[in-house]
This record gives sequence, C-alpha cells and structure tokens, in this order.
Amino acid sequence: MVIGFYFSMQSRFSKNLALEWSRQSGNFLWPIFFVAPAVLGFLLWQLIPIAASLIISFTDSTIIGETNWIGFQNYRQMFVSDQLFRQSLTVTFYYAIFSVPLRTIAAFFLAVLLNQRIHARPVFRTIFYLPSIVPAIASSVLWIWLFNPDFGLLNALLEPLGFGKLQWIYSTQTVIPSLVLMSLWDVGPMMIIFLAGLQSVPRFLYEAAEIDGANKWHKLIHITVPIVSPTILFNLILGLINALQTFTQPYVMTQGGPNNSSLLYVLYLYRKAFDQFQMGYASALAWVIFLAIAGLSYLVFRSSPHWVHYDGK
Amino acid sequence: MESKPINLLEKKIMIQTDNGKITKISIYFLLAIGSVIMIIPLLWMIRSSFMGMQQIFIFPPEWIPTPWVFTNYPEALTTVPFIQYFLNTITILIPSVLGTLVTASMAAFAFARLKWVGKNFVFAVLMTTLMLPYAVTLIPTFLIWAKLGLINTYWPLILPKWFGGGIFYIFLLRQFFLTIPKELDEAATIDGANPLQILWHIIIPLSRPALITVGIFSTLAEWNDFLGPLIYLNDSRKFTIALGLAEFTGLYSSQWHLLMAASTVVITPVVILFFFAQRYFIEGIALTGTKG
Repeated sequence: MVIGFYFSMQSRFSKNLALEWSRQSGNFLWPIFFVAPAVLGFLLWQLIPIAASLIISFTDSTIIGETNWIGFQNYRQMFVSDQLFRQSLTVTFYYAIFSVPLRTIAAFFLAVLLNQRIHARPVFRTIFYLPSIVPAIASSVLWIWLFNPDFGLLNALLEPLGFGKLQWIYSTQTVIPSLVLMSLWDVGPMMIIFLAGLQSVPRFLYEAAEIDGANKWHKLIHITVPIVSPTILFNLILGLINALQTFTQPYVMTQGGPNNSSLLYVLYLYRKAFDQFQMGYASALAWVIFLAIAGLSYLVFRSSPHWVHYDGK
Repeated sequence: MESKPINLLEKKIMIQTDNGKITKISIYFLLAIGSVIMIIPLLWMIRSSFMGMQQIFIFPPEWIPTPWVFTNYPEALTTVPFIQYFLNTITILIPSVLGTLVTASMAAFAFARLKWVGKNFVFAVLMTTLMLPYAVTLIPTFLIWAKLGLINTYWPLILPKWFGGGIFYIFLLRQFFLTIPKELDEAATIDGANPLQILWHIIIPLSRPALITVGIFSTLAEWNDFLGPLIYLNDSRKFTIALGLAEFTGLYSSQWHLLMAASTVVITPVVILFFFAQRYFIEGIALTGTKG
C-alpha cells in the first residue's frame, strides 16, 4: 500500500512536473528564442567589448607584437605628459559647451514656430528636417566649400556686410565656432522630439494665461518651457553624448587642424588606435571619455529636479 | 452708459486681432528665414555642381551657372568608381536592413507580447546601451574581428545587425506592438497558433508602418555610416559610397565642381527616400520623445 501510494504520488508528481514543464517552457522557451539574438548581440557587441576595453586599457597592446600588463601607466601618461590628450579634451568640451545648448535652443524655437496655427506646416517641417538626412560625410564636404575663405558662400554673404575675410575652419581662433555653426544646421531630430513634446501642452493653460493678460513671451517661458522640460532634458543628454563623440566633421574637414585646434576627442582616439595602433592607450582614452560622459549625464540628471517638471508636481 | 464698455471690448478685440495679424506675419517671416538658411547650402551645392572651373572661382560669386556644365557628373562618377561603391553599399545595406527588421521585431515581440520572468529587467539593461558611447566598444570589437581574420570583409558591418539591430529599433517596434489588442494573440493561441505564427501572421501584417519606419531608419544609417567602413575596409575596391566620397575629397580637394557633383549624387537617393517616406521619419522620431 505504501508502495502503491508511492507510485501514485510519483506518477502524479511526474505528471505535474511534465505539465509544469510544458507550461514553463511555453512561458520560457519561446521568449528565449525571440530575445536570443538581441541579448547575444548585447553580450557580444556591448558588454564583452566594454569589459575587454577596460582590460586592454591596462596593457600596452598594439596589433602586432606582445602585450604586457602595465597597470595605470596609460592613464598616468595621459594626465601627466600627453599634451594632445589635454588639447583634445579641452577642444571637445569647448565644442560641446556651445554646440549642445545652442542646438537645443534652436531646435526648441523651430519646434515652437512649427507648432503655431500656420498654413503649409508640413512644407516647413520638411525643409527644416532636410539638412538632417544629409550624410555626415556629404555635409562635411559641402561645408568645407561653404567655409572656403576665397570663394565660399559664407564670405560671399558676409564680406559685403563688412565682416572682412573670415578664415572659418582655417584659423585656430574660428575653427570650433565654425563647427558649432555647422552643427546648428541639422537639428531635425531634436526639433521633431520637441514638436512631439509640445503636443502635451494643454491648450486651456494658454487660454487661462491669456485671460490673465500674458503675452506670447510670458506664455512661452512660464507654460511651454516648464511643461516640455522633460523633453529638454532628453535632448540635452542625447545631444551631449553625440557632441562629445563628434568624429566625421573634424576627420574630413580639418584633420584636427589647424595646429590641433579642432582635434576632437574621438578623432585623437581614432588616430591612436588606427593610425598608430596603440590599442592599449586608445582604450584608456575611450574609458576616460566614457566616464566623462557618464559623469556629465549624471550631473545633468541630478540638476533636473531643479528645473524639470513632471506631471502633477 | 451701456455702450461704453461694449465699445471698449470691441476695441480690445480689434487690437487683439491686429496683434494676432502681426504675430502671424512675424511667425511666417521667421519660418521663411529659417527655411532659407536650411536650403541655401544645398542650393549652393547644386549650383556649384553645374558650374565650370572658371565660373566657380569668381568673386563675388554668381548663382546661375552659365553655361550649365552637365559633364561634371559623368566626370566625377568615373574618376572614382562610384558605381562600384554604390553596388558595395547595396551589398552591405540589404542584408543589414533585413537582419535589423527580423531580429528587432523578434525581440520587440518578446518584450511587448510575451510574459516572462525578468522581461522588464532585460529591456532596461538593453535600453542603457542607448546612452553608451560607441567609442568604448570600438577597439575591442575591432580586435576581435581582426583575430577572426575578417578585416576588409563585410562581415563586421553586416553580422551585428542580425543580433537585434540596435535597441532603438527594438524600442520603436515594441512601442508599436504594444498598441495592438492583446485579444488577437489570445484568440490565435486558442486556435493552436504558436508565438512564431502569431508574430508572423498577426503582428507583422498589422505593424507595417512601424516596420517601414525601422526599415527607413536603418537604410539611412547604412547609407550614411562612415566610421564603420573606414575602420573595417581598407581595399578601395570594397569601399562604400560614404568612404568613396571621403577618398574623392582627399584626391581632388580643389575641384569643387566635381566634389559638389559627387556630393549631390550621394545625397540625392536619401532625399528622394525622405520625400516619399517623411511621415514615417517624423512619427518614428516623435515616438522616442513622447514615451519612455
């Protein structure tokens, strides 16, 4: 009887187990099948490379020859004796400090303009977005030509106004401002994100403000800006990450010059890695910019409770 | 006594509509200025691409080419083998976009329609890669491909796209899949369909706009990609169109009529794609800003 009980238990148990398993597998095998490529991709092209990059940054790895563990030497060299590292970091922040806020402001105002009750809105939207679909390489080539001091469009427009012959990307003084100016040309995606954010501003708030005698500017500052502030935060952070990693423009347009005054950080990293094959050193460079980006994003996030308003707060 | 306030009110309304007119006009004025700024560089490019060597170097510059030099285009396209570069780009683009569409919709399906333990955690982890600087993963990834002996092949440019294709696309598709009524899945399950059949027969046909959006974004990304081909391709016969234009710029740095013709050729397909599909662009980008 005990044995019979045991058997019945077992069969019931195994039956339950089988049922359980099939239910589980229904819940589990299919999801694994569907997410496997994406998760593998995350492991192979994100997580493992990040870890590997940290390890490589402590070595003197070049593509050929042996690799030795050298501890913090790459980092020490960077901060103690590498003039170009300091130069590229300075130039990159100089670029980002002007480019990111100006682009955000430009995108915001374009979006506000487009959000008015106007005719031909799709036409204007298309025109404002158009520069953003131009491949970076093509817009770089185009802007070298626009910046040409002798025959370029910009001097052709500005010289009659008494600006003199500006040297744009060919002078250490003006190369970064020139690249900032160029970065203001394509703000399309940022603008569209703002436009989407603006849809969440309730009309009755404007109407209420109008009754109180608020003008356009008051409405913009006291209603629109607070309500779209989460979108501003989103654009600032993504803009910052992009600006700090600008590569194609300096690579094609200035090669970091003149006199390294546009040696943006990722261009310097690219040269260390793929011209000089100093993979260890370049990985250390990568980790420094990674930490800088993480730190700055963190600061922007931390500052956000002071100026970002979420619903109901 | 009674008419006074009414008059005042009418006056106020009149002033307001006057103000309204002025603001309307100034809005159109600003929009027009903005449009000119956005368009002029492109017009300058097209104008330069049809000019002769002499006319392009006149100061102050002229806007209308006299005569129109159409030969700049064939000349630019044959000095550097742009046809070959175009074919190379397509060779990379088609399998990459396909891989992105297949594997991103699979992942998006799992995140939007299936119940499983750890789903939100995995999704959150994948989402963090949106903020991850590409500079950190660049070197180890290159070293791995070098170890495998696959530098100067298209594998490093195509294969990663078959592994999710990028969280941005997964996110876009997930947002769209979430809007499809859950009852459809349940009904299909009762009829004995497995999740793969549900994805293929129900979700995919209903998600055409989202899939087109992702297809367009990834097509653009492939067409515009510069750093990837720059690092992985060194044989000029394997160059993509973006690399080809960079090479051309290096070789003919002062032949602006040819460079502008080549740039126009590189930009035109993207502009055509944009005009046909701009609804998808706008909606796709707008989605990223509103939710999540």
